[in-house]
Amino acid sequence: MKTQELNEMSRVIRRDILTMINKAGSGHPGGSLSLAEILTVLYFDDVMHVRPQDPDWNGRDRLILSKGHSAPALYSVLARRGFYPVSWLDTLRRLGSNLQGHPHADRVPGLDCSAGSLGQGLSIADGIAIGLRRQGSDARVYCIMGDGELQEGQIWEAVLTAAHNKVSNLCGIVDWNHVQLDGRVEEIKDLGDLPAKWSAFGWNVIECDGHDVDDLKRAFEEARAYTEGPSVLLAHTIKGKGVSFMEGQAAWHGKAPDDEQLAQALAEIDGEV
Amino acid sequence: MEKIPMRDGYGNGLLKMCGEDRNIMVLDADVSKSTRTNWVAQQYPDHFLNIGISEQDMIGTAAGLALSGIVTYTSTYCVFLCGRAWDQIRTTVCYNNLNVKLGGAHAGISVGPDGATHQSLEDIALMRVLPNMTVIAPCDSVETEKATIAVADRPGPCFLRFGREAVPVITDADSPFEIGRANVLREGRDAAVFAIGPEVYQALEAARILDAQGIHITVVNMHTIKPLDGACIEKYAALCGCIVTAEEHQINGGFGSAVAEYTALHCPVPIEMVGVRDSFGESGTPDELMEKYHLIAPDIVQAVRAAIARRRG
Repeated sequence: MKTQELNEMSRVIRRDILTMINKAGSGHPGGSLSLAEILTVLYFDDVMHVRPQDPDWNGRDRLILSKGHSAPALYSVLARRGFYPVSWLDTLRRLGSNLQGHPHADRVPGLDCSAGSLGQGLSIADGIAIGLRRQGSDARVYCIMGDGELQEGQIWEAVLTAAHNKVSNLCGIVDWNHVQLDGRVEEIKDLGDLPAKWSAFGWNVIECDGHDVDDLKRAFEEARAYTEGPSVLLAHTIKGKGVSFMEGQAAWHGKAPDDEQLAQALAEIDGEV
Repeated sequence: MEKIPMRDGYGNGLLKMCGEDRNIMVLDADVSKSTRTNWVAQQYPDHFLNIGISEQDMIGTAAGLALSGIVTYTSTYCVFLCGRAWDQIRTTVCYNNLNVKLGGAHAGISVGPDGATHQSLEDIALMRVLPNMTVIAPCDSVETEKATIAVADRPGPCFLRFGREAVPVITDADSPFEIGRANVLREGRDAAVFAIGPEVYQALEAARILDAQGIHITVVNMHTIKPLDGACIEKYAALCGCIVTAEEHQINGGFGSAVAEYTALHCPVPIEMVGVRDSFGESGTPDELMEKYHLIAPDIVQAVRAAIARRRG
């Protein structure tokens, strides 16, 4: 897909995220908006090989959304990619909906694993990648983590496991937006020199601009080309990206915009402000 | 009577399946010599992965392997498996209903001198409360081997608990083993004892003592705690009019509680429970601890007498 088309799709995803969270009355806009370009490039630029008409196709690439609270972003991308009707997005968080507050794999075509308790996704991605390799598959596994989530100890257990087993069909992605529920990551519990840490743990570290689709394409290509072990994209992002009053604000980690805020946010995303 | 550690049954079951080249992986968290998964590591290294001292990561990695289509056995000390990694078992394994099998070694107080930190007395409570989970506590090494193989064909998460010490082998190759179906070892009308794990042997010993006193009891090997064989409980509640449960585990939330929940709803009769009474264990030899914490045949005898005394009529 061309740069312009990917950017346009990212705008569609942002509109979906805000609209569905507004409609649901609750949800996590900040960390969903910061993922718009990352997920768009993964699913619409053929970084990931998937078949929307055959979601369980064995040869597909897998994605684990370890920061499960950003489900609205993934729900929108899967709908727009054709895994299920876009109308499903209107049911987010409703009783009986397939789109649970945190994603439940049984209910969502194209979703590889349920998630919601932070810190667990990278271990799962490790296991899938090792299992695929063992069975001779050349499919790849992607795992999206939050930066705040890296405070969970299990992440670093999984980081060791992937490096030790040279799991080169695995690509981690850190949504490095510097904000968690209670405030700035640097104030709650600083992650220190993140690139040096991942590198010291034996990973191929690729930094990129998480809102620049071309830079993301370059980063994913670099990760794919690296065959000595696992790669991680440290994607510089902005929490709440695209909506001026949400950007960088911890208050918008888990709060729904009201109708007036939604209207203003959509106008900004459409470039009308 | 021959005594063999139940964990040998776990190792042998895994070896058999690897020998048949079944699509399984065996994971351990740096205690493979204790859990006997080192047998797999030595003979079938392609089927083995040592995750190191990281139980939470082991469960998550197993979940991923299961998602890729491989039945995965995770193995470590029961106390760390079920306690340390409970959230991973709940939210990743059970919520996704994955083919992850949990081999909990060194269960119960009979771990002995290592003391309370290593004595798993809460695992049944922690596992049986989880949706989609199957909970099995075999009674000896032969049954442990059968259970290890049986859970491979049962879709979804399954938990097996087994002890460290050599315990009497009371079943053989021909003894029935079907998940969810209790085995009645002997019948008597005065009381029904439902036991799990090594307590099954203790219950048989208690029955022998009681026979000499003119009291004749039913002894049931209730190897599957979830799903519980309710029909069996109802049958013997009706026949005997009182029940005793026996487990090497906390009474709170454990096997006895499971039987009591069922009985209260479907066939209320007096129940007495043999188990650990809301306390941690301590260091000691296995025999000393089993005696001090009232988990041996004379304790079951006493419980049977108490249950009979409470029975109506």
